Amino acid sequence: MGVGQEFQNLPRSQAGLETAGRLKGWPQRLNGYLERRAGNVFVLPAVFVVLLLSIFPLIISLYLSLSHFKFVKGGFQIKFAGLANYRKLLFGSEKTHFLGKWANPSPVGWLVFAIVVALAVWGLVSYIRSHQHSVGGLIGRVLSVVFLSSIAWLVVHTLSPAGRPGTVMVTLIYVFVDLVIQYSLGLGLALLCTQRLPGRRFFRVIFLLPMMITPVGIAYTFRMMTDTVMGPFKPIWQALGLAMFSWVNIPWGARAAVMIGDIWQWTPFMFIVLLAALEGQSVELFEAALVDGANRWQIFWRITFPQILPVSTTLVLIRMIEAFKIVDLPNVLTNGGPGTATESLTLQSYISWRSLDLGGSAAIAYMLLFLVTFVGMTYVTLLRRRVAEV
Amino acid sequence: MANFLFRRRSVSSLSPAQMVVSYLLLGIWALVVLFPLYWLFITSFKLPVDVNNGPFYLPYVDFKPSLHAWQYILVGDLSIDTMRNYINTAIVAPISAGLALLLGTGAAYGLTRFRYQPRLGAILVFIGCLALAIFAITLGVPWQIALIASGAVFIILLQTIGRRFKRSLANNDIAFWLISQRMLPPVAVVIPIYVLFQRLGQLDTRTALVITYLAVNLPIVIWLMRDYFQSIPLELEECAAIDGASRYRTFWSIVLPLAVPGLVATFLFVLVFAWNEYLLALFLSGAKSQTLPLTVAAQNATRGPQWWYMSVLILIMIIPVIVIAIALERYIARGLLVGAVKG
Repeated sequence: MGVGQEFQNLPRSQAGLETAGRLKGWPQRLNGYLERRAGNVFVLPAVFVVLLLSIFPLIISLYLSLSHFKFVKGGFQIKFAGLANYRKLLFGSEKTHFLGKWANPSPVGWLVFAIVVALAVWGLVSYIRSHQHSVGGLIGRVLSVVFLSSIAWLVVHTLSPAGRPGTVMVTLIYVFVDLVIQYSLGLGLALLCTQRLPGRRFFRVIFLLPMMITPVGIAYTFRMMTDTVMGPFKPIWQALGLAMFSWVNIPWGARAAVMIGDIWQWTPFMFIVLLAALEGQSVELFEAALVDGANRWQIFWRITFPQILPVSTTLVLIRMIEAFKIVDLPNVLTNGGPGTATESLTLQSYISWRSLDLGGSAAIAYMLLFLVTFVGMTYVTLLRRRVAEV
Repeated sequence: MANFLFRRRSVSSLSPAQMVVSYLLLGIWALVVLFPLYWLFITSFKLPVDVNNGPFYLPYVDFKPSLHAWQYILVGDLSIDTMRNYINTAIVAPISAGLALLLGTGAAYGLTRFRYQPRLGAILVFIGCLALAIFAITLGVPWQIALIASGAVFIILLQTIGRRFKRSLANNDIAFWLISQRMLPPVAVVIPIYVLFQRLGQLDTRTALVITYLAVNLPIVIWLMRDYFQSIPLELEECAAIDGASRYRTFWSIVLPLAVPGLVATFLFVLVFAWNEYLLALFLSGAKSQTLPLTVAAQNATRGPQWWYMSVLILIMIIPVIVIAIALERYIARGLLVGAVKG
């Protein structure tokens, strides 16, 4: 930003103004005015559009989420209801749908929960003792710890054998499983493609394709693929004795199908950016390490990985933000079923909207917004900033 | 023999064994990518009986290809619907992507080359007045009156209270605010947008879709292009300024030509998003302005999924994008990388 400042002090604006002043007449004066206001002309249209279509609807959505919406004769009626919609989601009739069915976790579950909480608290304590803390940072981190602990609580309670994950949990599963697999696959493929293989441009173009395909199309294609009666893998199912058993009809199978579709589509995005990052890294370090006799494993962890780490964290952040919005795949591929097993938060919100519960729909959307913001912020403070400093 | 297999010619090249493994892995993933597309392709030439009677893999060997589905979609019963939706998509996607690129690039340029200092007080007053207006409208006040009244309140407050706050925002704050809109789940804003367009009588029009996609895509354009502009050196622009070129001229004939790779990648990204968008179109379009993703989704009709028609629709929908993507493959990586490095 300092750059722009220097640029401001150049003699250029005076030059522009002088010409405008010499030639009188309204077109010139208009030109002069536009020249002086150039900064606003550049930025204001975008700001206006975002204000009109993001901020303004966001305020209305907040209001909707706090009210009961009802269609009456000749229009609709909005009645303020306080936190009723949220209460319904978190404690009331929608709790099992939204948060899932809770069951007492197994000892392993309790252990995982204890470890997560201990790690979070330890991070907080070390932050307090680091002498660099500010009030804002402290509040943010305390909130993060509380948030992480409640997510862990949710995980161990809904993923235990007797429990059932709700839409929050399903969305989180989609996001994290997808991210981990997409990143690993993308990185692996990118590493393979950086080697000097003949014909790698062919692979690069091929690998790019799924990213361009509409998610709805992918959903249908994978419905064909996963069909055990007429899909292409029928011989395999028959050989396994599973031909009559449709694995998409059990909850985890259906979730897996959705995730496979998402991984198929978005691995290319990881791949293409990581490939560009890998090709941009310095060759000297790599060759020096080779000459010194380092093996490939060491080179990867000590030299390559640290170099692409900043890109990776941003890449994961971008994908994380987008992955939370998943809706097309579960809606078309499984219709959210069996039951509500594959429903993501956005899909649940859409279904509420379709059944004309606009307040409930807005409340779910707001919960999703909180979730995305919290996970995003926690990720940025815990990981990305640390990486960027290194 | 084994010795030959594992020997490398130079330090960074591969031994034959490593090469085989690499090709094998790449080939497996290429198969994973291509097989669903191949299946889509052959399904579009199958008769319903060929689909239902179990999997057939090779045209002319396993089954006799037929053009019936293509005929039905392109010249037969469904052609009017398909064409209308195709035209809708072909109009909405490029226009909204173009507008997003225009406004977003302008904003990104402004944010890297000018200094903005909006007063925090003014912004708070603005948001307060906006909330007031919305509240008044929901209470039943006619919207014209509410808007004028809140506008008046805004100006009065701005002149009195707004100037007292000395704190102002910097470029980084504005950029962060604009970019963070990308975190917003569309479903959180779509209901008010629906009501807004309903009030304006623009529901189920292409205009509504263009405007909505524009707003959704602006943050990503600003994000990518801002980083691109930061990587362009200032000297050329300074020369132009000394020669008396106006700001707009500098932007148009010096900066933009330098930014072409970034512009192409960003445009492609935004275009593909608008081309494939499903959720917002589901809310905002009815029969008239339906886009292709909705047509595809609608094929799961009363008689069960019609795989053959669906395959044709998906194919005609993805072919243009795939052609563009292959043609511009080189730009994509470069354009996206700049955003990811600095973001």
